[in-house]
Amino acid sequence: MSHHHADHDHAHHGSDLSPIEARVRALESLLTEKGYVDPAALDALVELYETKVGPHAGARVVARAWVDPEFRARLLADATPAIAELDIGGRGGEHMVVVENTPETHNLVVCTLCSCYPWPVLGLPPVWYKAPPYRARAVIDPRGVLVEFGVTLPETTRITVWDSTAETRYMVLPMRPAETRGFTEDALAALVTRDSMIGTGLPKALPVAPVEASV
Amino acid sequence: MNGAQDLGGAQGFGPVVPEPDEPVFHAAWERRVFAMALAMGYTGAWNLDGSRAARESLPPAEYLASSYYAIWLKALETQITATGLATPAEMQSGKAAEPAKPVARTLARDGLEARFRAGFPSSRAADAPARFAVDDAVIARNIHPTGHTRLPRYVRGKRGRIVRVDGVFVFPDTSAHGAGENPTWLYTVAFTAQELWGEDGDPGGIVTVAAFEPYLEPA
Repeated sequence: MSHHHADHDHAHHGSDLSPIEARVRALESLLTEKGYVDPAALDALVELYETKVGPHAGARVVARAWVDPEFRARLLADATPAIAELDIGGRGGEHMVVVENTPETHNLVVCTLCSCYPWPVLGLPPVWYKAPPYRARAVIDPRGVLVEFGVTLPETTRITVWDSTAETRYMVLPMRPAETRGFTEDALAALVTRDSMIGTGLPKALPVAPVEASV
Repeated sequence: MNGAQDLGGAQGFGPVVPEPDEPVFHAAWERRVFAMALAMGYTGAWNLDGSRAARESLPPAEYLASSYYAIWLKALETQITATGLATPAEMQSGKAAEPAKPVARTLARDGLEARFRAGFPSSRAADAPARFAVDDAVIARNIHPTGHTRLPRYVRGKRGRIVRVDGVFVFPDTSAHGAGENPTWLYTVAFTAQELWGEDGDPGGIVTVAAFEPYLEPA
């Protein structure tokens, strides 16, 4: 038996399964019997998107853009090939657009119609991104949504919301935090959060510098 | 269609509630639904636009009351039935009662990661010049197709400006319904928040959508 049943080895009888678990299991059995799907391929898809593809990839792109002005220029001009330079790309990111935050403009990404999200750089979207409150409000009250994420922008910062209504996929290039001069790319990437690349967050604040020991 | 999926500007859904340290999936069945939806899409029995159309065709009350992967599951079952790949009775029993129908291809484990890391572009070659250019003033047409469309209601009838000519892409409105890819010019159109929401719009705010050429007319 393929190992995909490892998820629910505890349940040996249909009666132990919730209705939706039973329904999904029946569907997979049927599609497998008919030869439409291979459970080993399903396992590989889950493994790819649960453990390999994620926001660490986007963080690498951002960190590279912070240290390499020529890469940043290529990224903003035509994001898909620039991102591919880091061996990042694929389904849900075939047509990437990167938008840059500045003191004047903050960018926020949403998909009001469904759940379009740049998978290769950010992984699969979180539930809140796919749920009605965010999809409904991001376009009409972006400043209020940001406050709920703990982000209060200066009134002078204008907000541009990018509604992902086609196959173009947006990623935000956040502003590089102050006091990071001389940081390595890896150290910079560690400051880049998923939400800072959606626009609902900012990069991590730097740890407070240790006070010089005076003992 | 003016369905429950078209949420931009809706009110009353409450605050956004992020989940700290959220897992990629919240239940084992979600993993299987996610993977089955991708693998069945790969067979070519339908396309991504058709999947979106099936999801947003759920009755509005059911759409809004269903979790994300429950919507995927219901749409997947609908598409399987609609394409004759299996019957509702077979899906209920989990056992085949009829022979399988041929599909164009099936997804194998070997090479899968490379295939998904390569992607499935929706861009197509242009066979006509673009009607609009950057900085052109446009109006999003006030249309209400009963089938699939990617023009959200909140921009219809509103005046915007072309900020990027994105290229030529598969046209979802026909592709979703088996009526062909009809490669069509796509533009990024910027609207001021106050054009969209009047005095309730965020001062200085901009909202952009990606809009296909037939959604637009010159302003």
